Amino acid sequence: MDFSELWGAVFNFQDYAELLPLVRNSLLAGAVLGLVGGMVGVFVMMRDLAFAVHGIAELSFAGAAFALLIGANVVFGSLAGSVVAALIIGFLGVRARDRNSIIGVVMPFGLGLGILFLSLYQGRSANKFGLLTGQIVAVDTVQLGLLTGCSVFVILALLAVWRPLTFASVDPELAEARGVPVGKLGIAFMFLLGLAVALSIQVVGALLVLALVITPAAAALRVASSPRLVVLLSVLFAMVSVVGGILLALGGRIPISPYVTTISFVIYLVCRLVGGWRQRRGLDRKAGPALPGVRVTAGVERQDPAPAAKTALRERPNP
Amino acid sequence: MSTPAASLQNASLSFGNRVLWHDLDLQINPGEFFAVLGPNGSGKTSLMRVLLGLQPLSHGTAQIDGRPVARGSRDIGYIPQQKSFAPGTPLRARDLVGLGVDGDRWGIRFRSRGFRRRVDELLEQVGATSYADAPVGLLSGGEQQRLRAAQALATDPKVLLCDEPLLSLDLHHQQAVSSLINRQCRVNGSAVVFVTHEINPVIEYVDRVLYLAGGQFRVGAPEEVMTTEVLSALYNSHVEVIRNKGRIVVLGLPDATTHHHGAGQDGEQ
Repeated sequence: MDFSELWGAVFNFQDYAELLPLVRNSLLAGAVLGLVGGMVGVFVMMRDLAFAVHGIAELSFAGAAFALLIGANVVFGSLAGSVVAALIIGFLGVRARDRNSIIGVVMPFGLGLGILFLSLYQGRSANKFGLLTGQIVAVDTVQLGLLTGCSVFVILALLAVWRPLTFASVDPELAEARGVPVGKLGIAFMFLLGLAVALSIQVVGALLVLALVITPAAAALRVASSPRLVVLLSVLFAMVSVVGGILLALGGRIPISPYVTTISFVIYLVCRLVGGWRQRRGLDRKAGPALPGVRVTAGVERQDPAPAAKTALRERPNP
Repeated sequence: MSTPAASLQNASLSFGNRVLWHDLDLQINPGEFFAVLGPNGSGKTSLMRVLLGLQPLSHGTAQIDGRPVARGSRDIGYIPQQKSFAPGTPLRARDLVGLGVDGDRWGIRFRSRGFRRRVDELLEQVGATSYADAPVGLLSGGEQQRLRAAQALATDPKVLLCDEPLLSLDLHHQQAVSSLINRQCRVNGSAVVFVTHEINPVIEYVDRVLYLAGGQFRVGAPEEVMTTEVLSALYNSHVEVIRNKGRIVVLGLPDATTHHHGAGQDGEQ
């Protein structure tokens, strides 16, 4: 394959005007899924759940593979696997360390099951590959409806718990003191995360879910610190990645996931550069040092790991 | 007599066989600065959790402003120990304070103007206006603790609970934060319950002390409680209390505890 053939396989805009109307529904669903991924991603970053997302995706893959094997609705299978995994992680892994080991245990088991079901499956091999790498263009109208309905549910539920969930995510101790049901919100969020992961899998596949749920939010956090702006940017980045990916993939014969992941990665790189530039220019501290000398003392405060121990030595009476 | 801001009647707390304290009767009045001292594991933080409604008592009752303690009461402001935020936390100083104003409400925020004004007021009150738009992850421990104070004052609480709020702050910020808390106590009439290892940074403000040690306790003015006789009796071993230029130095605390009264240096703990 020479270069022009390769180029033609990756980017092909022949008959574009005729193709475009065919994917109108996919574009719409893609935009809604981008909205979900961008919103959920911000909380995933705040709660440090990136690894959990990966674990959930593998079990979601197993669920989808099982559905494929028995001829059931793949989206349902994927949702079921996802939610089960998310709730297991939510209930058993309250503390970060427990959580990571539980994910480490659940993830390979899920992936193994998925491979088992796919090996038993006798149908079209493109279907198998689609589970791992995304398939939204192949999704039929019924499933598109299901995807969009679930997405709307996740978005509305997130909006309903937005403030207390933010409080519980960034400042759990104080949130608890103020009566926020921190534990219950954690479980509720895992449920929504399970749904969101299953939905994202339909676009980019189980292996690449992080590109839709983590990368846009991580990019937004690089360039903004206002919570509203972070959410807006994260949603924008996720939508641009999905919709852009679908548009670029249209003419070629390659699945859309490489386009989606590449766009989202490029956005992240740009945001990192911009973020670094902002930091060097000191734009993040708009008003500069609050009090004369505060920045200096800040260093001292943090360099003193065991102040109590020091005083202990000092005040021991001399023998 | 007016309703006590916080009170405990015949209160006991035990975990299994371990009794932290028992038969504790307390009345903390509005505008009183009340310090809680004692070694680690003596039940200071548990007392705080009882008042927050997060920890049920084994016996007795606890009330805030004449009503039984309840989770999430807006009559209580809480200042936790200083704990740094990760640099990537998507919050500015004003957003952190905003969580104190309405972070416990459901849904998203709609009426924005009144909220903004309230946050600006609180930032001004604690002297944090100049870094209102800075990300919390980039602020120093002292700056973050001022924001904690603003969060706690957001609901105009009857009782201000402070759990070691000065820990790991330098002298300058210790003074700033403790005088802020004292101002809320004197000017707005909130009762302050101040849990601390170290009484010296707040000694000029403290009205009464509750000293917890070895399952026993003593309540009274600092000069009554912080004496060689009383502390020796509480610890069941000889403890020497020395007063020097308004500071209190406690020497010879049992090794099993990590309880320290800095030797005349309230700058560090």
